[in-house]
This record gives sequence, C-alpha cells and structure tokens, in this order.
Amino acid sequence: MTPLTLNHYLLASGLLFSIGFAGVLLRRNIITIFMCLELMLNAANLSLVSFSRFHVGPDGLPNYNAQVLVFFIITVAAAEVAVGLAIIVALYRARQTTHVEDIRSLRF
Amino acid sequence: MSPILFWILTILMLSFGASVVINRNPVASALSLVASFLCLASLFVGLDAFFIGVIQVLVYAGAVMVLFLFIIMLLDLKAENRRHFNKGALAGGALVTVGFVSQFLRVLESFKAGSKPFPALGAARIEDVRSVGNALFTDFTLPFQVVGVLVLVATIGVIVLSRRELK
Repeated sequence: MTPLTLNHYLLASGLLFSIGFAGVLLRRNIITIFMCLELMLNAANLSLVSFSRFHVGPDGLPNYNAQVLVFFIITVAAAEVAVGLAIIVALYRARQTTHVEDIRSLRF
Repeated sequence: MSPILFWILTILMLSFGASVVINRNPVASALSLVASFLCLASLFVGLDAFFIGVIQVLVYAGAVMVLFLFIIMLLDLKAENRRHFNKGALAGGALVTVGFVSQFLRVLESFKAGSKPFPALGAARIEDVRSVGNALFTDFTLPFQVVGVLVLVATIGVIVLSRRELK
C-alpha cells in the first residue's frame, strides 16, 4: 500500500466539506442545516491539522500555529452553536416550526 | 498512521457524515454526527495532534452535541414527514455540490506539493499541550483574549435571547 500523503487527508477533508455543503443546500430542517455547518467547520479543522503535521519545523515538531488556529475555531464554533440554538428556540417559540420554508418574512 | 487505519476511519467518518444529511429523524442525525466527530478525533490523533483530538471529543462530541440533543428534545421534533419537494431547488443544490466536488478534485490533482509522504518527526517526544499552550500565551495572546471576550458576549447574548419575552 502506498504511504499516506497530504493529498489523502485533503481529499478526506474536502469530501467531508462537500457532504456538509450538500446538506446545507438540500435539507430544509434548520437544526439539520446547523449540524451540516458543524461538519463543514470540522472539515476545515482536518485540513489545518494535516498541514500542521506536514510542515515539520527544524526542531522536529509539527507546526503548532495551525493547531492554535484549530483551537480558536473550536472555541468560536462552540459559542456559535450556543447562540444559534438560542435563536432557533426563540424562533420556534414565535412560529412553532423549524422548517426553513415556513419562515419567509423578515419581521413578524 | 497506517494507511489501512486511515482508510477505515475516513470511510466511517464520511459515511456517518452522509447519514447526518440523509436521516430524516433529527436525533439520528445528531447521533451520526457524534460518531463522525469521534472518527475525526481519531484521525487527529493519527496526525500526532493529541491535544486537538481530546478537545474534539470533549467539546464537540461532548458539549456541543449534548446541546444539540437537548434542543432537539426540548422542541420535541418529530421525524420530518415527507413533504412535496421543490424539484428545482433539489436539482440546483445537487448541481452546485457536484460542481464543487469536481472543481475540488481538479485542484487537488494539480497540487503537486501535497503528493509527498509526511516527513518523520525529529523530536524524541511530542509535548503538544505544552507547545500549543506556549504558542497561545506568547504569540497569540491578543487573539486568545479576544476569544475570551467573544465567549462572554455569546453567554450574555444567549441569556438575553432565551428570556421569555423579547422586548
């Protein structure tokens, strides 16, 4: 079997991103759309971590700047999930639906 | 990481990711998402990013998914009944996705620098918690504090949003 290259990981990351992308475009349930957004964020994390491992510095360690960026992405994503789910709950209280096609007007 | 393990984990991760999109029941989607995140965490560990792998399991597969499941059960969502699909939107979404994947594959094919195997690590041992923490508190102090403010703002925002009466 051929050894693993950076492109293998980038392929996995890109395919995961496209699955999330397809979910955002095709699904109509707002919570599922939100979960697909999380998939896309994690695909970006996978490519960052593989780039980090690919660039071994002179001290023989991976480049940790990418991992710090992943740390920030995870923190921001957690905050985003909390705010987004609070908005979904407020929307559900006002409209009793989580179906995006039922939510058409800007103000209500 | 051995190639066989990589392929098994990747296929598992992608198929659980696809089942997030395919499942009609939101609880099943959320549980597939947890499984997909666990496979992703093991890929991180295979890339010698142990700290990120642990954070992935704790924050994503733990905290974030508990929040998702909590909200799904709070809203008492049933499995989506089969609605009449908007054929045009469905075809458009599929078309955009296929276009994206084909473009992505072409870019990957022409990316020659990435077709080399991973270089071996020279260090005797990896102390990645120490290294990430070091970078966090020296080079990235300002972004770290900005993220702290962001989390505070998000907390206050969630409390304001989830009050009964929005003024």
